[in-house]
Amino acid sequence: MSDAIRSEIQIRPPSVPSRMAASLARAGRKLADEPLGLAGFIILGLLCMIAIFAPLLAPYDPTVQALGDALHPPSLAHPAGTDEFGRDILSRLIFGTRITIQTVLSISLIVGPIGLLIGIVAGFFGGRIDALLMRATDIVLSFPSLILALAFAAALGAGLTTAIIAISLTAWPPIARLARAEALVVRNADYVVAARLYGASPMRILLLYIAPMCVPSVIVRLTLNMAGIILTAASLGFLGLGAQPPAPEWGAMISSGRKFMLDYWWVAVMPGIAILLTSLAFNIAGDALRDILDPRHARS
Amino acid sequence: MKELSAAEFGRRLAHLLISLFILLCVTFVIGRVLPADPVGAIVGELADPAAYAAMRARLGLDLPIYQQFFLYLNGLAHGDFGTAALTGNPVSSDLAQAFPATFELATLAVIISTFVGVPLGLVAALFRDSLIDKTARVIALVGHSIPVFWFGIVGLVIFYAGLNWVGGPGRIDVFYEGLVTPQTGLLLVDSLMQGETEIFWNALNHIILPAVILAYAAMAYITRMTRSFTLEQLSQDYVIAARAKGVSPTGTILRHVLPNIAVQLITILAISYGGLLEGAVVTEIVFSWPGIGQYMTNALMIGDMNAIVAGTIIVGFIFMLLNFLADVAYAVFDPRMRETAR
Amino acid sequence: MQDRDLQPVLSVKALNVRFGRGAVPAVSNVSFDVGRERVGIVGESGSGKSTTGRAIMRLLPPAAIVSAERLDLSGSPLLSKTERQMGALRGKDIALIMQDPRYSLNPVLSIGKQIAEAARLHLGLRKNQAYDAARAMLERVRISDPDRVMALYPHQISGGMGQRVMIAMMLLARPKLVIADEPTSALDVSVRKDVLLLLDELVRENNSGLLLISHDIRMVAAFCERVIVMYAGRIVETLTRLEDARHPYTRGLIAALPDPRNPVRRLAVLDRAKLDLETAQ
Repeated sequence: MSDAIRSEIQIRPPSVPSRMAASLARAGRKLADEPLGLAGFIILGLLCMIAIFAPLLAPYDPTVQALGDALHPPSLAHPAGTDEFGRDILSRLIFGTRITIQTVLSISLIVGPIGLLIGIVAGFFGGRIDALLMRATDIVLSFPSLILALAFAAALGAGLTTAIIAISLTAWPPIARLARAEALVVRNADYVVAARLYGASPMRILLLYIAPMCVPSVIVRLTLNMAGIILTAASLGFLGLGAQPPAPEWGAMISSGRKFMLDYWWVAVMPGIAILLTSLAFNIAGDALRDILDPRHARS
Repeated sequence: MKELSAAEFGRRLAHLLISLFILLCVTFVIGRVLPADPVGAIVGELADPAAYAAMRARLGLDLPIYQQFFLYLNGLAHGDFGTAALTGNPVSSDLAQAFPATFELATLAVIISTFVGVPLGLVAALFRDSLIDKTARVIALVGHSIPVFWFGIVGLVIFYAGLNWVGGPGRIDVFYEGLVTPQTGLLLVDSLMQGETEIFWNALNHIILPAVILAYAAMAYITRMTRSFTLEQLSQDYVIAARAKGVSPTGTILRHVLPNIAVQLITILAISYGGLLEGAVVTEIVFSWPGIGQYMTNALMIGDMNAIVAGTIIVGFIFMLLNFLADVAYAVFDPRMRETAR
Repeated sequence: MQDRDLQPVLSVKALNVRFGRGAVPAVSNVSFDVGRERVGIVGESGSGKSTTGRAIMRLLPPAAIVSAERLDLSGSPLLSKTERQMGALRGKDIALIMQDPRYSLNPVLSIGKQIAEAARLHLGLRKNQAYDAARAMLERVRISDPDRVMALYPHQISGGMGQRVMIAMMLLARPKLVIADEPTSALDVSVRKDVLLLLDELVRENNSGLLLISHDIRMVAAFCERVIVMYAGRIVETLTRLEDARHPYTRGLIAALPDPRNPVRRLAVLDRAKLDLETAQ
């Protein structure tokens, strides 16, 4: 018996990196079962790659004008045709990916933490704080988000940063609600109760115990909502409120192409295809993510 | 049916009124506080100094914020949304003129999306995982991901410029403009009432494409929700009992399941209508549709804050009103809020 | 005509039901006949008794695979029928009485409408006549003031009344075979006997066969001429009187029943390991 205690074999829990690798591998396997979801992630990955390596991938400079080549239909030289200034549309689309990714990342980084914070504070503390925060969340949720984003962007002045702020102002409520729902569940967990009993400060509990549990579902919701946010951003761009010309913002490209849509359709149509693909990718990836991270949410 | 107690109704109404008030605060901030130059935003950059000073006095920009706010609310209470920079008219009359066009478009779109979306959702649920179901899911997915204004452009390119199946931008051909006296403001209704069938067909020709485009986006939501509601019901005992009674599958869906999901559908429709209004705002300009959307879009392009704020308030109010009505309908009719049997 | 009386209403031979890729069949090699008599199927949850009942009606979910050497209703094979043909039979020639009227009645339709639907479907009656037939049927199931009840909704009536409504609805067309799946399990003990007596009366009146499915062996034995005992998807024994029970499972079930005349300190419990061994043989 005492031999067992002094056994040479040391039992060690697997290290954190190897645990993370294992769960990633699990997630990857599950993803492989869903070819559609995998496709979504691949497209998103490609978009990131395109954004990063844009200067290397784009065949032409997106801003240089060549009026002699204006409004050429799609051809081998210009797979997406040229616009009214002779610029290659495909190159502009490629560079436009950067704006899209930038928009998506910025909004996620604003809306995610803020929504999460509001939600877990409301869920954890309950009572008046919860009522107040949720009332505010519900009110913002009942506003028409697109219209308000338009109005905000108009008031703040046109530009990518103001567009991002404008969209973020109305995009946080779903995240807050979700985080609150999760927090309500987690706060009753044994380890949280134990932490409170031994005197951990609320701040510590919130940040170290509750927030991490809410992160997966917040990520899923953000991914799903990104699809819609991209459309909102494109609408803002279409109305001239996003990144300003000559920046190759997809929505703005549709707007300027609209003048020629009846005779030179590709100028307005091509950017929309890019938007559609991106939004689709987020939707599909978000659905797959939801199935992986939350098996309770049965695919109906 | 459950009677909604006065207290519950009052609570929901209070919520609506508070939300409305917050909306007005937000629009006040948007219109007066945020812009670097609120006066310039209203009178335009080329206004002469006298007009500028007059507007500045009118807005009371030298007053403390809360007084400005009261002035603002006061103006709104009197229906004064200010003057539009583009037309020079009071914004309220501009909006009143533009509203029927949007109303006609959104209403037709919601009708189309309901009559296509609900049956599609029902069938998709009934034949779960079949080809129809999968197709419906794909249609819904695309509808969820497509930029509506771009879809409108594609539609015009294909069906107007390409195939010439539908009329082009605008509500009717220039040829027919002004021939129908506006009674309801709805061209389709007015032209029929006045017996102008040729104009009716022309108007229909023009409205059908934007209506279908808008309907598609709404349909994605309606189909998905109908399917979800129906699936929920299909696993219930009463459905098995109906089948055991000998009711046909169609009869089960129509006479048994549909009444059970009717209320949920109505709330979905109300929400979709709100979404359609938003969609119309960006899409009207593609079709040169003379509604609130085009009005606001033009205002956005020149930065006319009065018009923008007014449009935001109107659309926001309708949006919230629809949600409120949907909420109330749900509370009154929800079959799940049943008293247990004695 | 005499032949038809002798022919069993329901004839089942080697019925098997499997759910998808499930390893254990829900129902295995079940055979029995039901004439114009009352037959009971007794078993615990998971014994396959309800599944058998649903399989006969062909109301199992699509994932279920049903096969049998014979599944005949008055000589007419059921398994080969199309869904449409089955639909014509259900409610008219075979009826299913379900357990809990709170859930098996449509919550948003009035009672009158639901019963009248059966009259319209199977008796071909038009609206007013259908309502008259519904009223008559409600009287038949001994509901006083049927007009008032017809206007009510399922959540406004008691469980006992709900089952009477269910019986009225399903027996209106005088089906040849009535399958009652735990008809009294959701009811208060005080009303159970009345509902069963009513069911019994109607079945005798129509000269139909009754297949009574329940976990209550005493109740089934009291009401049925024959009792089929099922365990783990198989028929374990068939008896006419409780005293004749021979199989250890049946005897175990009976022994586990509390008897107010012989109170004991500990109720007997089934020895499952032994049972599983014996049933597998």
